[in-house]
Amino acid sequence: MDSKRNSRRELLKAGAALAGGITLGTGGKAQAQHDHPMTPGSENASPMIHGSKEQIEYGQRSKYVTSVRVQHPIGGRPSPDVFGKVFHVATPLQDSVGVITPSSLHYIATTRGSFLPDIDPKQHTLTIHGLVDRPLTLTMDELKRFPSVTRLHFIECAGNRHNGKQKTVQDTHGMTSCSEWTGVLLSTLLKECGLKGSAKWFVAEGAEEVKGASSIPIEKAMDDCIIAYGQNGEPLRPQQGFPVRIMVPGFEGIYHTKFLRRIKLVDRFYMNYNEFGHLRPEDKELALGEQIGPKSVITYPSGTQRLPGPGFYEISGLAWSGGGAVKTVEVSTDGGKKWNRAEFKNTPQRMAHVRFAYPWKWDGTETAILSRCTDEIGQRQAMREEIANWWKVPFERDYRVPGLDNSVMPWKIARDGSVTNGLA
Amino acid sequence: MGSLNLLRVVTIPLLLGSLLGSTAFAQSPTYGVGRTPTAEEIRRMDISIGPTGEELPPGRGSAKEGAQVYAQKGCVGCHGAAGIGGLAPILQSKQGADVPVWKKERILPLRAPHATIVWDFINRGMPLGLEGTLTPNEVYSLTAYLLFINKVIPEDQVLDKQSLPKVKMPIGDEYGKPHQFKLNAPRLEGYPY
Repeated sequence: MDSKRNSRRELLKAGAALAGGITLGTGGKAQAQHDHPMTPGSENASPMIHGSKEQIEYGQRSKYVTSVRVQHPIGGRPSPDVFGKVFHVATPLQDSVGVITPSSLHYIATTRGSFLPDIDPKQHTLTIHGLVDRPLTLTMDELKRFPSVTRLHFIECAGNRHNGKQKTVQDTHGMTSCSEWTGVLLSTLLKECGLKGSAKWFVAEGAEEVKGASSIPIEKAMDDCIIAYGQNGEPLRPQQGFPVRIMVPGFEGIYHTKFLRRIKLVDRFYMNYNEFGHLRPEDKELALGEQIGPKSVITYPSGTQRLPGPGFYEISGLAWSGGGAVKTVEVSTDGGKKWNRAEFKNTPQRMAHVRFAYPWKWDGTETAILSRCTDEIGQRQAMREEIANWWKVPFERDYRVPGLDNSVMPWKIARDGSVTNGLA
Repeated sequence: MGSLNLLRVVTIPLLLGSLLGSTAFAQSPTYGVGRTPTAEEIRRMDISIGPTGEELPPGRGSAKEGAQVYAQKGCVGCHGAAGIGGLAPILQSKQGADVPVWKKERILPLRAPHATIVWDFINRGMPLGLEGTLTPNEVYSLTAYLLFINKVIPEDQVLDKQSLPKVKMPIGDEYGKPHQFKLNAPRLEGYPY
């Protein structure tokens, strides 16, 4: 009882001091209003954030954290454009830690520049039809009644290409992001509908103004596609397809249809406008426009950052593959002569970013740092020259890697510690 | 004895099930959540037009009518007169007739392997801001017009559900076909990267 009274008295005192501080409005001096001496060093060195209703209800990051998305590619089509449409926006990988991309910083891409549909989830339905015994229409509430899965997956845009003109890792690699996705396996829903044996492909269609659609092989549908309504512990953001999108783990971003409204099971490949974009003269090159190869990039230190001087640094980066889980990552700190095994900061998962790191003591000399990875099905990330050799084409500075560019990315480190694009 | 009885109790219905209605049993819904859409609902919603054109609605149109629709619906504003000179993607090739299709510009009504893809995209994605408002006749007409200005079909050819899928596109068979996707396999057989 006594202690309670005491603490109440303390509280009142503190309140009075605070009130005094506010009235006086003299910042640091207000602390001298305490009627007892403060322990040296216990003073608050920083001003206080006054709790607002908004901040209490929905948290905000510190005003000192200013990392934002930027348009991609630099100098390309702006987002928003003059009409308020969104095209391509890259995530700030240089500031990322761990493997989860905050939903508010997840990269954005749309087929041709789109307004975001403002969908009322109560009005939205998903219909599955075509080569099934029983077509099915689900409200969002009904979708959530099915058994769910929660998995970590990256999504990467086919436009995520690095070249010598870009400055930061956001410019070179920012069109990839990784989230924890929650939803229902597409296979669960297709079994519920009674999938016919004649179904070989499916078309996934969105509800945005262009009704963007992609064709995906049925083997993928029955394996790991997720009809996702959750991202990082909350409903999808509108920019990521609220209220529901399809996850096609490891396939290029465009396949991950947002605002999903319809799935049609068909007996052959349906070429939609999206697939027209993938059209190539040769089967071989076309094949590389689907599943993403093994890829990694060092995010620290990376372009435009600066090492303050020789000494210890933990080189850190992200690795991923559309073929499965990442198996190994190697880092070179001497321009690619010697490769060292990096350590993982989390357990590699299928089609998900994994954070890797390599401890390094920089001696202050000029060098280049690189990373490369292998995945669990034996694919390995290669240098651009190796890829050109495989395709038997002459290697040139502006060589375009077929499919999504998954070649090794070098960062140059100058004697003054400045980090620049190694492809420049 | 007890276990034997239990076995009989379990086995008989299982056998009956597999004899009488195994198909129905295997395909019955597990969760029973959701509803069955009507055929009419599906027809209205299904805007995916495959290469056979089976989903195409009734209707018809020619290039002459399409030229009028192109002007009326404001296509000119973004794509330019006759598909050239606008801010939106070019819709008529500037290349000569003897230039192979892969050396020409990437134009949907020129390079698409099936004319149905052109119909599908106009129908679902145009005009900008008024998507989904074109009638089937208008879509057939616009498709005919765009194919005509790219010298794929003659000006007087009428396109409808039957003739559209039969249009011979310039690309012929000269394009990459999707490979057989395999789980847990490299993205391209024999490609190490």
